[in-house]
Parts: sequence; structure tokens; C-alpha cells
Amino acid sequence: MNNFENLPNLVESILFGAGRPIRLSEIKSLMGSQNIDVDLPSIKIALNSLEERYADSSIEIKEVASGFRMQIKESYGDCIFPLWNDTSSRLSKALMETISIIAYKQPVTRGDIEDIRGVTVSTQIIRSLLDREWIKVNGYRDVPGRPALYETTKTFLNDLNLKSISDLPLLPEAILAEDSLDKIKAG
Amino acid sequence: MKSQAQLAFPQFKGEALTQLPDDLFIPPEALEIYLEDFSGPMDVLLYLIQKKDIDILDLDVSEITDQYIKYIDLMDALKIELAADYLVMAATLAHIKSRMLIPQSEEEEEEQDPRSELIKRLQEYQRYKSASESISNLPRLDRDFFLASTALPKFKDSSTSFSISANELASIFYKVSTRPKFSAHHEIHFEELSTQERISLILSILNKSNVIQFFKTYKKNEGKQGVVVALLASLDLAKDGYVELIQNKDSNQLYLKLANRGVN
Repeated sequence: MNNFENLPNLVESILFGAGRPIRLSEIKSLMGSQNIDVDLPSIKIALNSLEERYADSSIEIKEVASGFRMQIKESYGDCIFPLWNDTSSRLSKALMETISIIAYKQPVTRGDIEDIRGVTVSTQIIRSLLDREWIKVNGYRDVPGRPALYETTKTFLNDLNLKSISDLPLLPEAILAEDSLDKIKAG
Repeated sequence: MKSQAQLAFPQFKGEALTQLPDDLFIPPEALEIYLEDFSGPMDVLLYLIQKKDIDILDLDVSEITDQYIKYIDLMDALKIELAADYLVMAATLAHIKSRMLIPQSEEEEEEQDPRSELIKRLQEYQRYKSASESISNLPRLDRDFFLASTALPKFKDSSTSFSISANELASIFYKVSTRPKFSAHHEIHFEELSTQERISLILSILNKSNVIQFFKTYKKNEGKQGVVVALLASLDLAKDGYVELIQNKDSNQLYLKLANRGVN
């Protein structure tokens, strides 16, 4: 087992077997536990050779927030969709507005979200986002009531195929308050 | 993204029907689904503004208030649970409308347009609403793309599987259930009756009377504890040679007698 000639195959087996994003360092230590001593650049090279091999197939290797993972190319998704299409894959407008505000303004309290949305944030929405592990509580704001501060998680980025929070679509520019005031005066 | 085929306009008497006839009956249930889709009062307001195809900045508060209240009434009639926030917005609109109606005095001219606060909030909400729509359109796990995985091979190390017989299970249970409870609570009570105190008490009595019956060294209401403390005190005194413990052959009475230390 020690002399693994085919490094790409070994990396491939780990990616397939993991079924979740996995870091290069994790791959290295998994191999290390079998006395296979490989450095990180070699693993990256193996990954690249796999990507080449997959170019003409239905699968691809994608780097997301928690590492590399094996996934089915988006263009092949339609046929699989019914297999996974449960009610949980449909997300309400209210939930999407809430997660967007958390994503762009984090860390935020429920009060901050309510200020923007103009409506009470239901416990159900927060619960559902926590259950999906899209958000987490990271501390409490030091004001009366000590409200929880919410942040997005790596899982949120993973599930949207993103590497970091800066990969999110740009937030539309805020129209400067003074400009709008002037316009109001003029109009 | 899945593209939806463009729906052709229905034909009526050879002409394309581009607008809904005014007398078309829309069942209330259908409207309900539509109205329930609003995520809050800000969403309703934005919808009303966009329907008019006007800039938020040209907001006609009077008109929008009337329309908003109409929608609220409709939602109420359809028994959609109205969050208090909808009513707060109605109140806010009515307040702005009333301020717009009052002619501004020269002093107040410096004051902000009554609409500006609402417009700012609408603009802020609109930013996040459109961002949330673009996030909704991002490819999402298990909706647009899926993880690749395979069945796992048979692992060499099968230490995870184990077998156990019913007898083994029973004997393990027996061992566990008879294990002494080391973690049981042990409460330490404060010593109510002190042996030391009893010793000095007995000595002071003996100094006066020389001999005392054992049962007189404790009170009945002290119970078992009193007997124990009295006995300990007596034994302690006897050990140190202060008293002699005397018991007659034919009596079960125990006497404490002050030792004649001079003789010893």
C-alpha cells in the first residue's frame, strides 16, 4: 500500500469517498496515515490532472469555502433534480431577504434585519437558516437585551458554490441620501 | 437557469388579448396566493410603486396610501393573518400624508420633506431585495448542482462491526447495575453536639458530685446522638485517666467516678 504509483487515482478516491468539500491538507494527512508521504503541490498537480481527465465528462472538481469537492456539472443537473427536489429546496422570499441582509451586513441582529425589511423576522426563518447551517450566532451586541449577532457560515458559501463571501453578487449601490433629498426638493 | 417559453397572448375574435377584461372574475383564492407572496409591508409598497412605473423619489404619498390601505383591507377580508407591521406602515403613510396636507410655514421650510425617511427606507429595502433575488438565482446545492459520490469499498479493517451474545449482554448489565455507587451524594452535617463540650460538662459535674450515673450525662431529647457523644466523652476521659468507669456485677448501670489522681 506504501508505494502508490497513481497519485491522481488516490486523490480521486478520496474526493469521491468524502462526499463533502475536503482540504488539500486533509488529503495529505489521510495519505500520511497510510505512510504515503506527498507534499501539497503534488496533490494540487494530481487535482489538475483529474480536472483535465474530467473535462469531457459529467463531473468536475470545484473549490468552495471548505475545500475541494467532486460534483456533477451544472449542465447535467436537470435529470437529477427530481431525485433531490423536496420542499426544502424551495426557499421563501422572506427567507432569501433575511439571508441576504445577513450576508452583506454581517454581523447583524434580528433588529437590524427588521429595520431594513420593515417586518418582524419570524423565529421560524432564523430557525430554518440555523438548521441549514447557513448562519450561526457569533457573539452578542453589547446593548440592552444583548441580542444575538448572526453571521453566514462556510456551509452557506459551499451550498452556493462560492469560495468566499466576496464572491457574492455586488450589492446595488446606495443612492446617497443627500442626492435623494435634493431631488425631492426639486420635484 | 431554465428559460421559460414565452406565452403567446390568447386570441379573442382574431385579436390578441393583451389586457385582462375588467369584468374578469378572479377567484379570491387565487388572489390570496398572490397576496401572501408579499414578504412584508415594504414589499407591498415597492410593488405598488413599481406597478405605477414611477421613480421612488416621485412618490405620491396620498395615492399610494389609498392603494396600500385598499390592499390591507383586501388581505384582511381574505383572512390573511396581518402582521402588526402592516398596520404600522399604514399609520406611517397616513402620518406622512397628513403632514403633506398641512401648508408649511416659512419656519418649517428648513425641515425635511416628510417623505424622505420613508423614501430612504424604501431605497435601502430595495437594495437588499434585489440582492436577495440575485442570490436566489445563484446556483444552489441540490437544486442546480449536485455532489458526486460513489458507494464505498469494503474496508479491510472491520473493527467497527462486533458481535455479542445475549448472555454477555446480561452479564455486562449485571456488572454495571451492581457497581458500587461511588458518585452517590455524601452530605456532611455540622456537628450539633460537641464531644469536647460534653467532656468539660461531665468534668464540671464530677467536680461537684464525684460520681455520676452514665445515663445522666445525656438528655433524652438528644437522642442517639446524645448517647454517642456522652459515651465518646466518657471513653475519652477514662483513656486520659480523669475518670474511672465502674459497672457493678449485678447491675447494668454504668458509673463515672472522678479518678483519684493523687493515688495514680
